Amino acid sequence: MKSTQATTSIKRGFAAIAATLALFSASAVAQEPIKIGAFLSVTGGAAFLGDPEQKTLELYVAKVNAAGGVLGRKLQLVAYDSAGDAEKARTFTKRLIEQDKVDVIVGGSTTGETMAVVPLVEAAQIPFISLAGAVVIIEPVKKWVFKTPHTDRMACEKIFIDMQSRKFSKVAMISGPGGFDKSMHGQCLGVAKKYGIEVVADETYGGGDTDMTAQLTKIKNTAGVQAVLNAGFGQGPAIVTKNYRQIGITMPLYQSHGVASKEFIKLAGAAAEGVRLPAAALLVADALPASDPQRSVVVNYRNEYESHFKSEVSTFGGHAYDGLMIVVEAMKKAGGTDKAKVRDAIEATHGFMGTAGVFNMSATDHMGLDLSAFRMLEVKGGNWTLVK
Amino acid sequence: MSAQFMQYLLTGLTVGAIYALVALGFSIIFNASHVINFAQGEFVMIGGMASVSFTAAGLPYLLAIPLAIAAAALVGLALEKFAVEPARGASVVTLIIITIGASIFLRGLAMVIWDKRLHPLKPFTGDTPIAIAGATILPQSLWVLGVTLAIVLALSWFFGRTLLGKAMLATSHNRLAAQLVGINVRRVLFLSFGLSAALGAVAGILIAPITTTSYDVGVMLGLKGFAAAILGGLGSGVGAVVGGLVLGIAETMSAGYLSSAYKDAIAFVIILAVLFFMPSGLFGKRDGERV
Amino acid sequence: MLSRLASPRTGGLLALAIVIALLPLALANKYFYDIAVLVGLNAIVCVGLNLLIGYAGQISLGHAGFFGLGAYGSAILASRYGWPPLAAMLTTTLAVAALAYLVGRPILRLKGHYLAMATLGMGIIVYMVITTEDRFTGGPDGIAVVPFSIGGFVLQGERIWYWVVGVLLLAAVWLALNLIESPTGRALRALHSSEVGAEVVGINAAEHKLLVFVISAVFASVAGSLAAHYSGFVTPGKVAFLHSIELVTMVVFGGMASIFGAVVGAAALTTLPQLLTVFEDYEMMVFGAVMMGTMIFLPRGVVPSMARLFQTRRNASSDDRAGSA
Repeated sequence: MKSTQATTSIKRGFAAIAATLALFSASAVAQEPIKIGAFLSVTGGAAFLGDPEQKTLELYVAKVNAAGGVLGRKLQLVAYDSAGDAEKARTFTKRLIEQDKVDVIVGGSTTGETMAVVPLVEAAQIPFISLAGAVVIIEPVKKWVFKTPHTDRMACEKIFIDMQSRKFSKVAMISGPGGFDKSMHGQCLGVAKKYGIEVVADETYGGGDTDMTAQLTKIKNTAGVQAVLNAGFGQGPAIVTKNYRQIGITMPLYQSHGVASKEFIKLAGAAAEGVRLPAAALLVADALPASDPQRSVVVNYRNEYESHFKSEVSTFGGHAYDGLMIVVEAMKKAGGTDKAKVRDAIEATHGFMGTAGVFNMSATDHMGLDLSAFRMLEVKGGNWTLVK
Repeated sequence: MSAQFMQYLLTGLTVGAIYALVALGFSIIFNASHVINFAQGEFVMIGGMASVSFTAAGLPYLLAIPLAIAAAALVGLALEKFAVEPARGASVVTLIIITIGASIFLRGLAMVIWDKRLHPLKPFTGDTPIAIAGATILPQSLWVLGVTLAIVLALSWFFGRTLLGKAMLATSHNRLAAQLVGINVRRVLFLSFGLSAALGAVAGILIAPITTTSYDVGVMLGLKGFAAAILGGLGSGVGAVVGGLVLGIAETMSAGYLSSAYKDAIAFVIILAVLFFMPSGLFGKRDGERV
Repeated sequence: MLSRLASPRTGGLLALAIVIALLPLALANKYFYDIAVLVGLNAIVCVGLNLLIGYAGQISLGHAGFFGLGAYGSAILASRYGWPPLAAMLTTTLAVAALAYLVGRPILRLKGHYLAMATLGMGIIVYMVITTEDRFTGGPDGIAVVPFSIGGFVLQGERIWYWVVGVLLLAAVWLALNLIESPTGRALRALHSSEVGAEVVGINAAEHKLLVFVISAVFASVAGSLAAHYSGFVTPGKVAFLHSIELVTMVVFGGMASIFGAVVGAAALTTLPQLLTVFEDYEMMVFGAVMMGTMIFLPRGVVPSMARLFQTRRNASSDDRAGSA
């Protein structure tokens, strides 16, 4: 499996060289493909976002082409690895716009990368669908910028509503060092009051930390704490969860949507039992009732992804699916790739059923998801289950 | 209160032991070549990731772990043979850049051979926390502490009692003199890379069940180990161990009693302070004399 | 006459000026201009860093810290507090120079590579402060920076920046070349051959090294300020330890103790990732292999090694200038 992947990757490399050469020979091909540009953090600290995103885009561009393409034209994906580096993201975006002359950009795994390229896409007037989480991307609204993942503020709200329903009012937070963690931490502190929640302990950990028992011991010894919320992704939350059980804390533990994949349960092992987090329905595709309109979309996407890549699906790849499909729909509606028309069509997206929920975009909302898109999940018996 | 202190101490010792193993690796290579080997963290990664692979292939720990250590040692030896040795005679800065290139290369290679995901490794002996004076410790932490202690004892025997060890020590003290008395300095350098790599791999295997492991886990551990080595005095074995433990305890204590926001900075503030006030570290040779 | 032109002082500077003047002919669009600007900014840092590595014989593993302080100093003062960009940049530069002085003074009195460790620690502390103090710095997600403006004239667009950075790079190279020919430069070269010998004739090693260290920090800080205004956005990525390593690699790759080597190194390593995109997953491996390969086979760096090769071919005898180009 791995070796076939490697050879296709080398083939793709040669294809890219050929494509570059073709660029220099100025002969334009009739019926040019529609170019989808992407810059994703395929390596580096945010690879867990960029990797499934890139795989999803590759998979679905191929699928759309196999089904005849869009408006009779094939799609062509031009993807670069920005490695979580905002400077690289900027340069690659310039390359996409100036050199590759793409029709639309879907990408930006992290908020930092997204915000760094916003001025560029605004100036170049090219539709851009970001795959990053923070609310600053769409507030205030930027004419050419959209996003498909739920915002971190929504995650906080969903968690606090759940806490409220369990009659918790005093909680502790422990957050990681990344942009995602910090942004969510800030949003949660911002909306806590609204839900009658008081954050009585506020700890952080560093990148590559191997142990968080010190911070958790401090939280354990803080008077009145009723629940703990961990804003973070990757290795950190797995260690927090294990340490949490190790030092015998029995209060409920909430994680963020940043660890919304089966992998988290595998990493944290038995310690993950009872952990709650807000996530898209994708993770519990089979648990959805047959009547749920989202069921067919998420079940299809999950089956496609898992059978093709032999790895567990995550919600992050789902955001790339949503982004690509919204663009495809918009181009069909706009009847071409005229950037202004495509932009207007994206903004007019209504009732689109994606893996993240129903998208209803508008001139004032460039994401179009509401809180109903989030489901509260709990780990039970080594699997995600819906909290009723 | 004292239970809390105990918890911080146990945690700090566990973390510190890992730093100490990485720092020892830095010191051994530094002694043999005056090169700061920035690929040291990658040995930690290879140890952990190779163990994950071998156990996933169905091997028992008793086989998988020695194999993983051997794999890392081989990579270390290959690094010396194919990258450091051919550049013999180049300046120290050039050699350091080679090790940085090697670290990027190895990380890239690991990403292709394995993947970018995090991988859990099963603890050696269960996951049930053990209570000590009101604090808790994982059985794996006991493994970390025990194995580190065993390695430190073995190393002190090696350097103090065996011919090869003494030759390595002699080379670090005075390369030319060592050469004159017939020590094969090149072989010492070769072996020091293998030994360092093996130590790094041990650290990576010991910590993986606690923290999970991935292709880029070596970056931060390498940096912290380097900090510990400087704190103890680069090139000093005792210094590396004490430096690691002090760093681990200082980090957890400050996270526990002060603020966790600047926990990681503490290591580097200590380094600056050490360099300003006692530049050869806690146990370093006094070669940092004022001009 | 010919030999005078061939000397690095005049000939090299002229050659660099010609390259900068003619390069736009090959720059097809804004993307290529963007790469050229990034090369120029990195080259300014590298010219300064090369003075430290090549002539003072010291490594800095924290130059990204100086670069980052320059970038964030300008960003915060100009964008958050509305200072005029030039005033913000000058203030930041002075502060960075003071910091470099404070760090360098005690350390550079010591023999050995202690500066490497001290700058490593300093760089990482700077990185942590910038990612943690998000009220000022925007944290890991970074902050937007206003465009550089001076007296109502706003610097914007890749083409204008290309010329600004080109002229500044020339100025930086000119300054560096002059420094090497100055008493400090000669003292440093004497130190390089024999530190003890130099001291015997009364050269104060520490003071000269400190001066060069502060100058290299100032170059990095100015380049950082400019980069922030040019990009319009700054994130902690440019302050990270890895970027410090990249900078040192550029210098060593191009050639230690070679001002033009530093420029070539910056150009090579800034454009390399753009060329390596075709390798996709293998990009990192290839990058590492290129780094190792160059250092193993051209341990003196690309420019001095090439110069030496050229020299020996053209003329087996004469001219002891080889390698100093």
